[in-house]
Amino acid sequence: MSAPMAGLTRGPAARLRSLGGSRLENLCLGLLVLFVLVAVFAPWLSPQDPTYGELGTGLVGPSADHWLGTDQGGHDTFSALVEGSRTSLVGPLLVVLVSTVAGIAIGLFSAWRGGWADTVIGRLLDVVFAFPALLVAILAVAVFGKGMTAPVIAMSVAYMPYTARLVRGLAMQEQARPYIAAYRVQGHSALYVAVRRLLPNIGPTVLAQSTVNFGYALLDLAALSFLGLGVQAPTPDWGAMINQSQAAVLRGQPLSAVVPAVAVVVVVVAFNIVGENVGDRLAGRKT
Amino acid sequence: MALLEYENLSIALPGTARPVLDGIDLTVSAGEIVALVGESGSGKSVTARSALGLFPTGADLDGQVRVDGTEVVGADPAALRSIRTGTASMIFQDPRAGINPVRRIGDFLTESLRVSNGWDKGRANARAAELLAAVGLPAPERHLRQYPYELSGGMLQRVMIAGALTAGPRLLLCDEPTTALDVSTQAEIMAILGRLQRERDLGMLLITHDIELAAAACDRIYVMYAGRIVETAPTAQLFETPRHPYTAGLLGSSPPLQAPDGPPVRLTPIPGSPMGLLDSAPGCSFAARCRLARPGVCDRTAPRLERHGEALVACHLAEESLTSVDNTATREGS
Amino acid sequence: MSRTTTRALGVLSRLAGMAATLLVTSFLVFSSLYLAPGDPASFLVRGRSAGPDELAQIRHRYGFDEPFFVRYWDWLGGVLHGDFGRSYVFHQDVGSVIWSRLPSTLLLIAASALLIAVVGVAAGIVGALRRGTRTDSMLMLLVTVGAAAPAFVAALLLRSLFGVKLGWFPTIGNGTGVLDRLHHVVLPAIALSVTFMAMVTRVTRSSMLEELGREHVEVAVSRGTPRWTVIRRHVLRNALGPIVTVSALLISGMLVSTSIVETAFGMSGVGSLLVTSVNQMDFQVVQAIVLLVVAAFVVVNFLVDLVHPLIDPRVAAAGSAR
Repeated sequence: MSAPMAGLTRGPAARLRSLGGSRLENLCLGLLVLFVLVAVFAPWLSPQDPTYGELGTGLVGPSADHWLGTDQGGHDTFSALVEGSRTSLVGPLLVVLVSTVAGIAIGLFSAWRGGWADTVIGRLLDVVFAFPALLVAILAVAVFGKGMTAPVIAMSVAYMPYTARLVRGLAMQEQARPYIAAYRVQGHSALYVAVRRLLPNIGPTVLAQSTVNFGYALLDLAALSFLGLGVQAPTPDWGAMINQSQAAVLRGQPLSAVVPAVAVVVVVVAFNIVGENVGDRLAGRKT
Repeated sequence: MALLEYENLSIALPGTARPVLDGIDLTVSAGEIVALVGESGSGKSVTARSALGLFPTGADLDGQVRVDGTEVVGADPAALRSIRTGTASMIFQDPRAGINPVRRIGDFLTESLRVSNGWDKGRANARAAELLAAVGLPAPERHLRQYPYELSGGMLQRVMIAGALTAGPRLLLCDEPTTALDVSTQAEIMAILGRLQRERDLGMLLITHDIELAAAACDRIYVMYAGRIVETAPTAQLFETPRHPYTAGLLGSSPPLQAPDGPPVRLTPIPGSPMGLLDSAPGCSFAARCRLARPGVCDRTAPRLERHGEALVACHLAEESLTSVDNTATREGS
Repeated sequence: MSRTTTRALGVLSRLAGMAATLLVTSFLVFSSLYLAPGDPASFLVRGRSAGPDELAQIRHRYGFDEPFFVRYWDWLGGVLHGDFGRSYVFHQDVGSVIWSRLPSTLLLIAASALLIAVVGVAAGIVGALRRGTRTDSMLMLLVTVGAAAPAFVAALLLRSLFGVKLGWFPTIGNGTGVLDRLHHVVLPAIALSVTFMAMVTRVTRSSMLEELGREHVEVAVSRGTPRWTVIRRHVLRNALGPIVTVSALLISGMLVSTSIVETAFGMSGVGSLLVTSVNQMDFQVVQAIVLLVVAAFVVVNFLVDLVHPLIDPRVAAAGSAR
């Protein structure tokens, strides 16, 4: 009822923003589709073999042969970018899939059982929450050696509490609604109600969370490769590309590092914007 | 000169179908208690806030509001501040929401004295304790150190009143001061307000949806509907001969303050619901809910306030409706 | 029960909760060694030549011939006394290896924290007060990009532009002497801050906007309180709770990101030590750093919990009512 205070806030441009928002959102959605398509069809799209380093053609600028130039070892940056999209897609995808499924299961169980089980799970999630994903990934590399497998599994655990808490909260809310009680009264088992009725109702919100998680998982895995602990040469990877171009950066030729850096930021921004807007829209708080 | 004077004040928000306020004319003289009555959404609160220059963001303003002769519409910040820290102050509906929950009661009461008047802490605290005693709180010194959550709603509303009095205002705007409180507290708060008004000879604008409460406290009543004043008259006359069908409807739908010993009162609700900001009607905005509405007459825009005896009424049927309205509005037993 | 007693009990129970969390954490970190395939002793000497005698010596020294829980208990006792074991690579106590690198990492963290607090909160305030204007839209765009710009990307761009191209700042190393160190830490601190600054800006803005809409703010305005006094004492003051809470949650991410920034800028510090230790398979050091990062997060959040009643007295009330 009380209108926002005149004199403290300024300017009514909300309508403009909502218009721009949806256009931006479509652009981001388009970018994500492009990203997935490029990752899927990478071998057919990349003009050259990104693992083939041509001697004497290191650090050349953009040309007809090398659209985005080459790195220090003479690898074609554009091809590496295209092929590197695959690891950038697959790693986070696995993390998000595993953490989402596990998170849903744990969250639902916690909400449904309540009582001490809920308390214990909550405390354990708190502990996991204290471990940042990248740290868990680094620890996994320290134990199991370099590569992607161990970090991806470890990060799935690290990301799980976000989904688990969200699902638990949503499930608690939904449980209080009459329709769930109606199903229970009709004699349907808790599992049936959870899977058939509850999940479709909380699914979209969880999907939005997972979309945002994808972006952050991509950042963490790229960081791991940047540290030289993740994807190993010769497999092309955006984080690794930046790592391998460090010397070129110091020589004032940062193109082969800037290209994957921009790709990482653009893809993550797109994931965040799509995730947040999808979440807002589905939750009915479209502003 | 009137202490508070609205002249044809209109406020419109972009993207709405009708103005929030549509040509408000209203005066409060020094020492006078005036009520502004209407359903929620009628624009009562916006009207009261306008007196302090608290307009909705992005609103188009037209007309004038003068507080003790100072123009508020388009006033510069210094002029506004001088009104807000001196001449006029406001008591809000919900003290729980209106007093900063993370700061002490003492901070709430002394803030404007210390910030605007430059008083030192000791002097401001003494004044605050004095005011708390004046609104009947038992332990002023202790309350100053307490947080809002430690006080009941009724106590907090007294704190709110004390806060409104810190500046020694001549005009008190009360926006539904008792609505958020329980019934027994409501009477106490109204008694305190009445006493303070008499003691300090305050001009008072009481905003309420409760026409009986208005009648008990006020000299004159303005009735508001969908952003317009539809009728105003001295309290006694308004009750005796309401001229606007909406006024009559309000009287017929609210229980009288003193329950008569005679037969029980029959309440007649006004049909339909108040008009939102996104609704607009081509003619009189009350026509859709008015049981006297006449096609061909009421689908024209309602007239401005016109004098009928001691009352000012904005109704096509103001003259002729008298008798029939009387019938619907008169309570059995009175 | 008096209010101080309830407060003390609340603090004690939180302290117990923190201790439990740290205990579970230490157990997880310790037992991660046993997840590695094969014999833990040969795992520890991976990549180094070690004869059977040496392996037997390690087994004895690390207590691998003893039961798991005995071994854990000894290790935990050591950790509590600041003894994190011995580094294979440095032939030193892990504690002193970390200790010697701690100051430069703390400098980096302090500089970033300052940047995040000042710039992040200021930008959030501006965004909230100018809501819907072009300034706000620009800020929100920067926030969106900033939140998605990892430290290694920020480091890359800052180095290329301000280090290599413009030559304003050194691109590598820690520097010597106070001024030189500060000069060296500018770009790394910015690189480390970007993401977290964006997050703090966002939470400040939304928290401020929520408070701006509250009625007590309108009441303060209606009493002629000057705009900046209202913003400081009623809006920002009340918005502080969420800002502090979210900032505390960002701590662990920031500590880990020092490894990225220190690696990118070729700095010596605890973060880069973590990465080199993983590379050199110096597991004792990795274990200690992981434990320290998690412990720092847990302790900071415990402290934030403790001061929260000062930020919002209602929290204290809710706590003693329970």
